Amino acid sequence: MTRMQTTDQTLDEILALAAAHFKVPREKLAPDDDFFKTLGIDSLQTLDLLTKVENHFGVELPDYELQGVTDFRTLAGKIQARL
Amino acid sequence: MKRFQGKTLSWTWQSGIIEVVLHREPCNEISSLTLEELEKLVAVLEQLSTEAHALILHSALKPGFCAGADLRELYGWIQEHGQAEVVRHARAYLERIHQVMNTIDAAPLTTIAAVHGVTFGGGFELALACDLIIADKMTRFCFPELRLGLIPGYGGIPRLKRDLGNAVVRDLLLTGRSFNTTKAQQIGLVSQVVGEGEALRAARATAVQMAKFDRVTAVAAKRFIKPIPEAELRQEIDIFCELLERPAVQAGLKKFVESTDAQPYLP
Repeated sequence: MTRMQTTDQTLDEILALAAAHFKVPREKLAPDDDFFKTLGIDSLQTLDLLTKVENHFGVELPDYELQGVTDFRTLAGKIQARL
Repeated sequence: MKRFQGKTLSWTWQSGIIEVVLHREPCNEISSLTLEELEKLVAVLEQLSTEAHALILHSALKPGFCAGADLRELYGWIQEHGQAEVVRHARAYLERIHQVMNTIDAAPLTTIAAVHGVTFGGGFELALACDLIIADKMTRFCFPELRLGLIPGYGGIPRLKRDLGNAVVRDLLLTGRSFNTTKAQQIGLVSQVVGEGEALRAARATAVQMAKFDRVTAVAAKRFIKPIPEAELRQEIDIFCELLERPAVQAGLKKFVESTDAQPYLP
């Protein structure tokens, strides 16, 4: 991971993290997917995803910024804003 | 009683270490039964501590250490008894749980919370009663109570303020946000951060290290450095009960309990 990366790179890394953590084939995940539905996760598991992403990118994203966020692309944008 | 098998928690004693494991599905929500079983633990803690130097508290459940108070039970009480009666009931309940937390806080042995995943509300407060917190890197801490119109009621604010200071309490309390172990270590909340699933192992290694020290000295050091914030704990109960009387709290609980939102745990 580099700090000077593009949103597309951030998005790609988030998709890879989600696939690995929730044991879903990477090719089954698309940027605009609703991650609750695609990953079959609830709110507690969403916090797992947030923690994975925060640890990977070395950022802190207050979870109230995730309210209403359901797709990987928007999540990537939120992370990108803190890199 | 060196061994106990309860419905919400169990404990064992071995080689001077008491291990308490929480195991109430889905995420160790603290119910009245949990409180009863915690009371059983603290009732024997003094006696156990004559043959133990450390106590480790951890969870057997994958989602986390503890998601806090059983809000469905609290909502059920309100439905059954009405708001005014619930305040009286809540005060008695809080007195009991404060007694448990205070006993763990001042226990004459070293207490370690080995946490992972969700460590929210009352679960966070339970961890704060311990001397050390060892967290795996997937742990999240949170005081979500404000979104229900309440404050934490199990002693969390005075203990966090005692250990870390007022600014940290304000940040966590007033935003209701959860935070990860990196942040927790930065602010001094967590003594060790370990890999996923490694908190209990690290806690056991730490407990073994503690066996090397003279117990009288260790207990004296703890009493000196970790006073119970009695006055603020009393205030906390009063403020909690005042807030609980308001219809807004009932509305907040109803919203949480009846929520079909996929994100009820997000503030």
